Amino acid sequence: MAFHSSEQASAYWRENVSLMLKLLAIWFAVSFGAGILFVDALNAVQFFGFKLGFWFAQQGSIYVFVLLIFVYVVKMNQLDQKYNVQED
Amino acid sequence: MDLQTLTYIIVGATFLLYIGIAIWARAGSTHEFYVAGGGVSPLANGMATAADWMSAASFISMAGLISFMGYDGSVYLMGWTGGYVLLALCLAPYLRKFGKFTVPDFIGDRYYSQTARTVAVVCAILVSFVYVAGQMRGVGVVFSRFLEVDIETGVVVGMAVVFFYAVLGGMKGITYTQVAQYCVLIFAYMVPAVFISLMITGNPIPQFGFGDSIEGTDTYLLDKLDGLSKELGFALYTDGTKSMMDVFAITAALMVGTAGLPHVIVRFFTVPRVKDARISAGWALIFIMILYTTAPSVGAFARYNLINTINGADQQGTLVSETPQWVSNWAKTGLIKHEDKNGDGRMFYSGDDRNEMTIDRDIMVLANPEIAKLPNWVIALVAAGAIAAALSTAAGLLLVISTSISHDLLKRNLMPNISDKMELRYARGAAAVAILVAGYLGINPPGFVAEVVAFAFGLAAASFFPAIILGIFYKKMNKEGAIAGMLAGMVFTIGYIVYFKGIFITPMAANIPANWFLGISPEGIGTVGMLVNFIVAFVVSKFTKEVPVEVQDIVESIRFPKGAGAASAH
Repeated sequence: MAFHSSEQASAYWRENVSLMLKLLAIWFAVSFGAGILFVDALNAVQFFGFKLGFWFAQQGSIYVFVLLIFVYVVKMNQLDQKYNVQED
Repeated sequence: MDLQTLTYIIVGATFLLYIGIAIWARAGSTHEFYVAGGGVSPLANGMATAADWMSAASFISMAGLISFMGYDGSVYLMGWTGGYVLLALCLAPYLRKFGKFTVPDFIGDRYYSQTARTVAVVCAILVSFVYVAGQMRGVGVVFSRFLEVDIETGVVVGMAVVFFYAVLGGMKGITYTQVAQYCVLIFAYMVPAVFISLMITGNPIPQFGFGDSIEGTDTYLLDKLDGLSKELGFALYTDGTKSMMDVFAITAALMVGTAGLPHVIVRFFTVPRVKDARISAGWALIFIMILYTTAPSVGAFARYNLINTINGADQQGTLVSETPQWVSNWAKTGLIKHEDKNGDGRMFYSGDDRNEMTIDRDIMVLANPEIAKLPNWVIALVAAGAIAAALSTAAGLLLVISTSISHDLLKRNLMPNISDKMELRYARGAAAVAILVAGYLGINPPGFVAEVVAFAFGLAAASFFPAIILGIFYKKMNKEGAIAGMLAGMVFTIGYIVYFKGIFITPMAANIPANWFLGISPEGIGTVGMLVNFIVAFVVSKFTKEVPVEVQDIVESIRFPKGAGAASAH
């Protein structure tokens, strides 16, 4: 067991899952939310030469996806350090 | 120099490069064959994953589809990128910590069951074959168009090249070859896109040109396209025609399917550490993003150029005597047709009964440099890029098929006592047989190659994804639940697709929105199949035996990175 106690293990897992769910909520919001469900409302907004909803569907969501993964990597590395479960 | 010679030189040079790399990185052990010795850096791995992922469909067809579908084309853009978020956050690090070679390995061990492993092997082989058949056809089309040979010869040339580096090199060879292929394909995609963006909007960055005004006017490109669409009787470019429900379901099926495709997942076993598995997905998505954010720009530019060159700047139709060169070039292939219905001696393209043109969507990316009158070396470069895209994907898929057969089926199921060396020999033999079958399917495509691509994603979404997610995040999921879930998800998805598409049998109902379940097309049904899988798995697991303690301990141990060794067979 890499953790000092089982409380530690479940605390690490809780933080991990909560980070994951937060990031997945953003993932859902930019693609299914802005790009599909609310696309008509957002299309009323002009963003440079784009309608905003259309931009999210064909450009914006993809940029956010990349950001989400890198945020996850940084945060998880910090979390591993905090609980001392990083690789050697 | 003429186009033919240039194409031979550029395509030939890239081939020498790939083959050279394959020889240099020849695999010596099963470990190197399957997972490249676990010694690939995350950056190289990300680039290889991107090349593996972006197939002939991404390179050749996607921008063309978007150009004709407008907003509806977003399903491919979001669907084929969003899956990487799921992979990075929910799957890759845990599967890497688990430390096995293949997806069926994980399913078999996590669910302590040979039956589960066998179900997973069958799914993996089915999904990969369905996918690779389309790739071999793509290779054949590109070779035959640019080397001016018939399609059979094109497919055979492609088979020989794939055989050479997939069978000799294994994962190690493929990974480094794919790095080279990524560089070739992305360069080939970007060069014409930048030129065309400059010509239409004066902006050198296609992603920005997409939202810029047309050179010399105050009208935004997209507003102009919406205006033209309205005039010509098409749906608005930024609006589309699919129902919201269907767009949602297709996007979800493609995302989840991406995260469940065995040839994508296996990439995350090839990095040395759990940390690297997380960041690999990030690098892969950056490299994919470059092409996927350019594609919709290319689609919009192509749409604008297409309408303008055929209907003329005044939208009255171009005189047949003044037919643009690219139209007559492609008319020879039969992929563009003009029928002068009203006999006015002019061509006209529209979405209503004034239309006189039949245009194949797949030609847009290949014809784009010709439409924009770019020099011959750019056209030759696009050919090399398309071939790189098709070959890299075909090789990755063949590796999954050969691994599934030699490792999951023979070593872990039928003949557990074979030596490492024999296993490697079987793996190469299986890859060779798989290439022959794929080549046969490429030359004699069963009428449904296009339809079965959606099938591959639906199947992956409805079978693997829930089983893997539950295996990691729900300790109490037992083998009965997982097996029942996978079977239910698969049977439902296959049943729905066959019902409307009629693969091997006549369709039982017309494939129209009025007949669909909740308005979801067969392309999007994998999403429902996935939900069926989750529900069945939960219900069955509640009524069957609990998971053994040792297995629960394994699940505990994959949830943190410390102590991850190299991927191993045992």
